[in-house]
Amino acid sequence: MTVDLTTPVLTATSIRRRHEWPFYLSAGVLALAVIAAVFAPLISPYSPSETDFSAIWQPAGGAHWLGTDQLGRDLLSRIIYGARPSLLGAIALLAIATVLGVAIGITAAWHRGWVDTALSRVTDVMFAFPGLLFVVLVIAVFDRGQLTSVLGMALAYAPAIAKFTRSIALEEITRPYVDAYRLQGVGGLVLCVRYLLPNLLPTLVGYLVVLFGEGLMSLASLNFLGFGSQPPSSEWGLMVEEGRTGVIQGIVGPALVPGLTIALVVVATNVLGVRLSDKLAVRR
Amino acid sequence: MIALRRLGAMVATLVISSFVIFGGMYAAPGDPVSFLIGNPENMTPERIAAVRAEYHLDLSFISQYLIWAKDLLQGDFGSSMVYQQPVTDLLGTRLPVTLSLVTYAAVLFIVIGVFLGVLSALRRGTAVDALITGVTTFATSIPNFVVAVVLISVFAVKLRWFAVSGPGEGFFGRIHHLTLPAIALALGAIAVVSRVTRQTMVEQQTLDHVEAARSYGLSSRKTVLRHVLRNSLGPVITMCGLILAGMLAGTVVVESVFGLNGIGSLLVEAINTHDFPVVQAILLYMVIAYMVVTILVDLIYPLLDARVLAGSES
Repeated sequence: MTVDLTTPVLTATSIRRRHEWPFYLSAGVLALAVIAAVFAPLISPYSPSETDFSAIWQPAGGAHWLGTDQLGRDLLSRIIYGARPSLLGAIALLAIATVLGVAIGITAAWHRGWVDTALSRVTDVMFAFPGLLFVVLVIAVFDRGQLTSVLGMALAYAPAIAKFTRSIALEEITRPYVDAYRLQGVGGLVLCVRYLLPNLLPTLVGYLVVLFGEGLMSLASLNFLGFGSQPPSSEWGLMVEEGRTGVIQGIVGPALVPGLTIALVVVATNVLGVRLSDKLAVRR
Repeated sequence: MIALRRLGAMVATLVISSFVIFGGMYAAPGDPVSFLIGNPENMTPERIAAVRAEYHLDLSFISQYLIWAKDLLQGDFGSSMVYQQPVTDLLGTRLPVTLSLVTYAAVLFIVIGVFLGVLSALRRGTAVDALITGVTTFATSIPNFVVAVVLISVFAVKLRWFAVSGPGEGFFGRIHHLTLPAIALALGAIAVVSRVTRQTMVEQQTLDHVEAARSYGLSSRKTVLRHVLRNSLGPVITMCGLILAGMLAGTVVVESVFGLNGIGSLLVEAINTHDFPVVQAILLYMVIAYMVVTILVDLIYPLLDARVLAGSES
């Protein structure tokens, strides 16, 4: 279910200014995650798949900063490499969902009439479902795997984006500049893509950043259930799943480290998203 | 009138979703016959023909769908390919676990969520408010499987207060065993409910009738209970209903982590074993459960807010 986080709890500017540090901290956390993903081979101390049976379930510290898992693989390296599938999956999911959702939303708002009714009905029906059901259906039909889980999730997120885009586009279309371009003979498609869309972007971006965090979380859940990336991938959700064997024996590191990494990244994107939508939507 | 239209929309959604669910399973790659027979040694032409006839595999897509839908209306969900028993029996044995888990979680998130929301609205701008807002924002950002793993490692493994897995025996045993899963399931919802409660209460507090009540000299406790809280109930109950509806379909992860044999873990199992009749039945159950709860909320809402009722009649 999508929860509307775009409405800031505190709106007074004075309160906002004092609370600027979480914004920079979150931006830092995300930058770190991106750097880890891009330069994984350079910065990780070990190979993510290198097993060492003499160093199984090592606690944090010493040669392995964050300890090792049940096969003696270095957790820090696995987290660093795991940033790749985790972030890429969420980016792909969001990109597909955004293209679909924005296209549907703008088309519905632009054409009104029966096109709007038809598209809105379809998105409403899809919206009425808990998102997970779609993904489960897609996975049940096309079998598990990273591609199907990302595609299924994208389908589940598209209706929410479509609904949001439609509502802000409807408002934007009433502005005089749209009529002005129309009078000059600018075609519908060109007008929408070149003039309307850029004006919707500021409002969309904050919303999409928050959705990114949610998508990352949902994808990690799917991977945790074993429906997404398969071993030996070190996707974070999958790492939590593999680390569970240790939890029962009191060894919590292998499950907690990736779990907290996910939480940290999601918190950071949420803080960033809420702050961005505040900042960018100030014009309205 | 409104109720009739909602009923029509519900039937339409059901038909469409059943069609999509059936169509998805029909389009799934792989020959269902090989799943049905299982052991490749039994793949004789006679056996294949018998299976195809039994499951109507030779008919066209539409007639297959109609046969399936007709059986559904008669309460026949087919039989599980793996367990070799009717899907309705299978669901019947699994449903109580899921329903008790969801009920437990619902009690938790409604009571705690509303309490925290009221508290932070009344103490607005203080450290208490900031703490509650901060913690709840953080809580919505943690996936529930991570919460579950943390809970298990702290309360079940380290402190040994709760069992690591299983649904428990008897009433108290079940409550004891379901405590950690219910908390894991409810945590995100607590955050959302407290935020909605806080927001609507803060909005209500500045309204004229509250100011008036206060200026009459009504005690602040009575003002809050009779005027602010009562008028905030609408949005809060709507939100709780939506969350509850989502939860009925969202126990998959928590059930898997805590080894509870409910509907959610059955779904995961059925997907892994390509047990399509079970997958179809559970997906349909989830759609129906979701719709029933959201419609109940729509029907309750006018009872709380007379303006909605008046608006729909005029």
